Amino acid sequence: MKAAGMTARRQNLVSCHNCHLLCDAPVPVEKQVACCPRCGSTLHSRKPNSLMRTWALVFAAVILYLPANLLPITITSAIGVTQTDTIISGVIYFLHSGMVPIALVIFIASVFVPLMKLLILIYLLISVQRRSRRRLVDRTRLYRLTELVGRWSMVDVYVVTILVALVKLGAVARVDAGPATPYFAGVVIITMFAAESFDPRLIWDVMEDDE
Amino acid sequence: MSLSELIACHECDLLTRLPELPPGGCAHCPRCGCLLQRDRPNSIEKTLALSFAGLVLFIAAVSFPFLAMKAGGFEQHSNLLTGVWLLLEQKMVLLAMVVLLTCVLFPLAGILGLLYVLLPLHFGRRLPRAEVVFRLVSHLQPWSMMEVFMLGILVSLVKLGHLAEVIPGISLWAFAVLIFVLAAQAAVLDPHQVWERLEALR
Repeated sequence: MKAAGMTARRQNLVSCHNCHLLCDAPVPVEKQVACCPRCGSTLHSRKPNSLMRTWALVFAAVILYLPANLLPITITSAIGVTQTDTIISGVIYFLHSGMVPIALVIFIASVFVPLMKLLILIYLLISVQRRSRRRLVDRTRLYRLTELVGRWSMVDVYVVTILVALVKLGAVARVDAGPATPYFAGVVIITMFAAESFDPRLIWDVMEDDE
Repeated sequence: MSLSELIACHECDLLTRLPELPPGGCAHCPRCGCLLQRDRPNSIEKTLALSFAGLVLFIAAVSFPFLAMKAGGFEQHSNLLTGVWLLLEQKMVLLAMVVLLTCVLFPLAGILGLLYVLLPLHFGRRLPRAEVVFRLVSHLQPWSMMEVFMLGILVSLVKLGHLAEVIPGISLWAFAVLIFVLAAQAAVLDPHQVWERLEALR
């Protein structure tokens, strides 16, 4: 196990979330917020209500994840035949037509990444609440990963937009955005906010109680 | 020891003394491994050059045709914004807004915001509210998703390839180069240096 080390909070210092300026911890005054003297953002030692906010956003994303995957994401009409596709049926279609790389991109970006992100965030939240002291570095790495890859899930939303814009060939073929699209965009955006509201310092705070 | 020699890791809150960085070197948190600081020589000038290049490419990317599709005697041209308008026509206002913000407005705001802060800084001045603008730019960064959009284009091209002939337009090439310019810009920008210069000019 790693040494506890001296944290900014124990020294009564606050590091600005935005510009990382180290300041003396502000004396709390009621109904007033302390601001960073350099960049002007609000100063706090830990992100406020981090666990509650992250839980709320994770729950919202889990709820939206269902319609996002069960409802059709595109409605294709070609020469009088209408076909609706969910995310998964699109992946299966690509697999059958031999376009494995595209199937992988869509599967990883639209199904795997959002689900992994939610599971990782839930694991981080529970382990922080249970005051776990295990695998602190690995858990910080997991957090970094969720922050980094989340945005790539938007790719399916963009594919739908491009298809809708391009495939407007009169009676020959047209593509419309299905009802799942806004739900799916919601999942991606809400999980991005959830990752942002989680404070990785909470993972390490348990070390301070050792001594 | 003065506070300016210390840095608190923004992922685990450990206090560390910042070492003197060699050119191009970087410092990591000894406890969690998070990147604390990287020495980026001529950061402001390099970022400025790339922002100007980005602005030119951005104008080209939104004003020229993007893709054209040919099938069964029909031809459909579209530029970056037609997709957004078509979503609006289908009453998918929320989705149209998401695409408009993440692929057009946020990247543009990022480029303009950096120019607003860094151009005067290069000449040793600062414009009013430069801190607010620079703070906004750093908040907008994760929401500017042009490179994800590019992946979306590639996927759509493969998807449509067997259905119809797809002809890439000038704007697509500008867009592809813009993504690399924006990535390079994010890599050379040193926020720490900008904050220190802004503070010194106050």
